[in-house]
Amino acid sequence: MDLILFIITSVIALFGAGAMLITRNAVHSALFLLLNFGAIAVLFLLLQSPFLFTIQLTVYAGAIMVLFLFVVMLLGAERVEDMPDRLAWSRPLAMALGLALLAVAGVVALRTPPVAVPDSAQAAGFGEPAELGALLFTRYLLPFEITGVILLVAVIGVVVLNQRGMKR
Amino acid sequence: MDLLILVIQCFVITLAVTGGFAYLTLFERRLLARFQNRVGPNRAGPNGVLQPIADAVKLFFKEDIIPSRADKWVYLVAPAMAVIPALIIWAVIPFGCLNVNWDYAACFSASGAGLHNILQIADIDVGALYLLAVTSIGVYGITLAGWASNSKYSMLGSIRSSAQLISYELALGCAVLSVVMTYGTLNTRLIVLQQGGLWGVVPQLLGFVLFLVASTAEVVRAPFDLVEAEQEIAGGYNTEYGSMKFALFFMAEYIKLIAVSAIAVTFFFGGWRFPGLETLGRGVTELAGPVAGALVVGLVSLGAFLLKVVFFLFLSVWVRASWPRMRYDRLMTFGWKWLLPLGLLNIVYTAVVFVLVPGQATASLVLCGMGIITLALTAGLSRSARPAGIVTAAKASGD
Repeated sequence: MDLILFIITSVIALFGAGAMLITRNAVHSALFLLLNFGAIAVLFLLLQSPFLFTIQLTVYAGAIMVLFLFVVMLLGAERVEDMPDRLAWSRPLAMALGLALLAVAGVVALRTPPVAVPDSAQAAGFGEPAELGALLFTRYLLPFEITGVILLVAVIGVVVLNQRGMKR
Repeated sequence: MDLLILVIQCFVITLAVTGGFAYLTLFERRLLARFQNRVGPNRAGPNGVLQPIADAVKLFFKEDIIPSRADKWVYLVAPAMAVIPALIIWAVIPFGCLNVNWDYAACFSASGAGLHNILQIADIDVGALYLLAVTSIGVYGITLAGWASNSKYSMLGSIRSSAQLISYELALGCAVLSVVMTYGTLNTRLIVLQQGGLWGVVPQLLGFVLFLVASTAEVVRAPFDLVEAEQEIAGGYNTEYGSMKFALFFMAEYIKLIAVSAIAVTFFFGGWRFPGLETLGRGVTELAGPVAGALVVGLVSLGAFLLKVVFFLFLSVWVRASWPRMRYDRLMTFGWKWLLPLGLLNIVYTAVVFVLVPGQATASLVLCGMGIITLALTAGLSRSARPAGIVTAAKASGD
């Protein structure tokens, strides 16, 4: 049962990712990416991690993609792809880097010994919000704080850029 | 067997909320008419009870149009993307507690041992987060409908809606977060269970006010309904939709309204609980056996829940009849400069008070007092100048 669900979900996820790359219309791309995010969320659910499922939906599908769509719609930029690229080297470079990433991911996946998916009985308490929070504030405190600082820098950057625009 | 029960539950709840939507439209139209000193629809059947059916039949037989310049697939998918979140949000809301293992006492135990409550579809540990997640994907239906219609009014409506929903989601999240901090759990069943003594509105008075305002904005109801302002943008995102596709948007909006009322009841008004429910269960069990006890507790709790929801629906209609629509810039200012800071402040209050003040009841009352003071201060600070003063300014400038 789980295996069938996993196969269906991953096919949907791969289809979404592929279609996102191929479509020329930016809004369609965004929708396919949304499909991909949804499928990934379901994969988290299959891995007995409902917390990550909801976070994936809230943060990626609910916030980031909405902002993407908002900007694309506001600028009317859904057909920008039709214009010739100004940076001729960007596409080959992106392809090469993407392939390199795929190769690295493949090597890592092949070299890691397979880990059994915990079944629901084993997974009691695994990935729960309370446990996750405790880990974030004890063992992973430093990475957590650094992420916070990076986000703060981004917020300050937004405010500064916005102020500069207002002076003109 | 369990799967069959689950399918039946989903089916019943979908039908129930759809029927609830149909009669909510009648409820709203009749009440609005009363507020405006009119009679309202009362021709179809006694007191107009057949009016929703007549409306549905009318919508079914309208011509189904796709505008020639519309983006066909997105145009067709958008109504579905509006309705689906409105329906799946009901999965974690407990409507009552009807334990089919025939033991009413299991409803009132935190461990939930021996509990098989058929009035809640999914009892998951991240219930509150699930509600937020589903609310946050509810914006896609409106946004995509406006874009795919390829019409400027629809587009303006959908841009307004995306901006509004993103802004008010933060305040909504803050309000829900403070409830979660109060009860120390994300599980909706446990949140309801802990409201046996004081209802959530006492410790989270400020949170409740924030939730009420932000959720009204999330379901684009009046006075935050400028997404579909008829006078300015000809109906907004659903201008180009007709027939059942329009009905789907209409349905999504009203079902979401019922859903946020149900969430407000669950978080702040004790869900299906009311004083004396446990005593009632014990009494009936002793008189007529465990099956009758569980049944009575189940039905009475369901009734209490529905009554509370109807109260919130009435409130929503009342607000719609009383308040004019907000201006767009004021909507944004209100969301970002008042609601969000108040939400963050409320989180700080909750955290500090529950650590410093011993005892849940005392802490709740202290929080309630702080909430009242903060609301009074905010109301004083946010008062705008009297119209007379503005008129003088216009005269002084010489125009």
